[in-house]
Amino acid sequence: MRARVWFRIHGRMFSAGWRRGSTYRAAALGGLVANAVFGFLKASVLVAAVRAGGGDIGGYDATAIVAYTWLGQALLGSVNLNGRSDLATRMKDGSIAVDLLRPVDLQTATTAQDLGRALFSLLPRGVPLIALGVLAGGMRLPLDPLILALGAFSVVAGTTLSYLVVYLVAVAGFWIVETRGLQTAYMIVSGFLAGLFVPVTLFPGWLLTLARATPFPSMLQTPIDVLSGRLTGAESAQAVLVQLAWITGVLVVGQVVTGAGRRRLEVQGG
Amino acid sequence: MAEHSRLRPYRVLLGARVRAQSSYRASFGLDLLTSLLIGLVELAEVWVLYRSVDGIGGLDLTAALLVFGLADTAFSIADLVVGHLDTLPQYLRAGTFDVFCLRPQPLLAQLVTSDISLRRLTRVAVGITVLTGALITADVPLTPENALLLLLALVAGTLICAGIFVAAAGAQFFLVDASEMTNAIVYGGRYASTHPAAVWSRPLVALFGFGVPMAFAGYLPTLTLLDLPTPWNLPGWAGWLAPLAALWTAVVAGLSWRLGTRHYQGGGG
Repeated sequence: MRARVWFRIHGRMFSAGWRRGSTYRAAALGGLVANAVFGFLKASVLVAAVRAGGGDIGGYDATAIVAYTWLGQALLGSVNLNGRSDLATRMKDGSIAVDLLRPVDLQTATTAQDLGRALFSLLPRGVPLIALGVLAGGMRLPLDPLILALGAFSVVAGTTLSYLVVYLVAVAGFWIVETRGLQTAYMIVSGFLAGLFVPVTLFPGWLLTLARATPFPSMLQTPIDVLSGRLTGAESAQAVLVQLAWITGVLVVGQVVTGAGRRRLEVQGG
Repeated sequence: MAEHSRLRPYRVLLGARVRAQSSYRASFGLDLLTSLLIGLVELAEVWVLYRSVDGIGGLDLTAALLVFGLADTAFSIADLVVGHLDTLPQYLRAGTFDVFCLRPQPLLAQLVTSDISLRRLTRVAVGITVLTGALITADVPLTPENALLLLLALVAGTLICAGIFVAAAGAQFFLVDASEMTNAIVYGGRYASTHPAAVWSRPLVALFGFGVPMAFAGYLPTLTLLDLPTPWNLPGWAGWLAPLAALWTAVVAGLSWRLGTRHYQGGGG
């Protein structure tokens, strides 16, 4: 019974996020154009790099790097690599007090809502960019339904993980109120370590180790590698398990931090 | 004398902005630090990509860093001075832009002096450091000719980037909600300017080589400076054409801004 209520509430939050995403059509179009231009620019530079590297850099050949670029652009509307969230705004203006009065868990409810928004944006941004990558960019996707299913799961996992970490950035506001600096820091670090610019496997050893010690590669590089079929069989299953481990870890940290923050919160004014 | 008094309000305003930003020491220090981090991460992207191969599009790591140093310094200076123009959609949506229209001063001059992002100073520093380092590593002889080319490239590059910011701001009057569309040009242009333009496809050459002439901000001057082969059947001295590219951007920016402000009908306030 309680489980049914939980699912109903979180389902509602999810569809609220979905509807919100569908409201701002011009913004989605703008994002699409920006991602497409970056897709063409990055693909040309990275393909040239692959050619200069004798047909392979960091385990990517020309077709793999093209798929990497376009899938990365396609997921950018869903995976939160900018650190911004509605929650951060609500923390700052005090509306968080109202949120905390509700008999739902702040972390899971806002995650469900953001996941709705993020997955909706796959329609106006993800799908057209994948189509553009296939038609104009020379990208290929594996047709194996098993790979595609695991890839889709990995995309949802990466998106969820990205929000859960952004949630941590937002609830840091319990202590420091203005989280803009943290958001910017998150934006700079996450894109680089998630493999948005170049695959992290191209990094020198020490930097690769550093990247793999963070959840960021699990947000973008893993979904891309699984979906494009670059990782197969046991490797892809392992990569998805790493994603799930990060999600569990960040969920637990988020619960602890939210609990501590609740006791700390002081909202001024009436 | 008349000129002097006409510029005075702007000077006073800018002075106030500078004091305002630097008076919250801790916050300003943090802003400088984040900005430095942005510059370093952008540099790391180039370094990671070029360290794993011999050269991309005819540029080795040193030449690539020279392109990065020139283009990024130019972009960062432009960003410092006019970068805040990209908040225009927020003014338009909130209706606060009308306040600017009421004052008897040119709109663009008011907007440009409405803010200055001093925190971006550290990014300029990253660009200049990389540029200097690359010049030393590449062993470029310091002849008057080379110095002039570098200076021209920096000034023209800055004007090109500033022009793109203004042109993008003019387009906001039509786009409002789709401001990311101009980000494709502004920030896509920044990305484009720090990479070898020789690898681009035809549409990209048309867009970022000549339409939005980012190739003239760093890439072409570097080729001329290092005496490297030039793409697209351009002569070896193509780097000297940067001021022409800057002039072209200024014309486009002026037109876009005029069209935009004429189109604007007020926030209904």
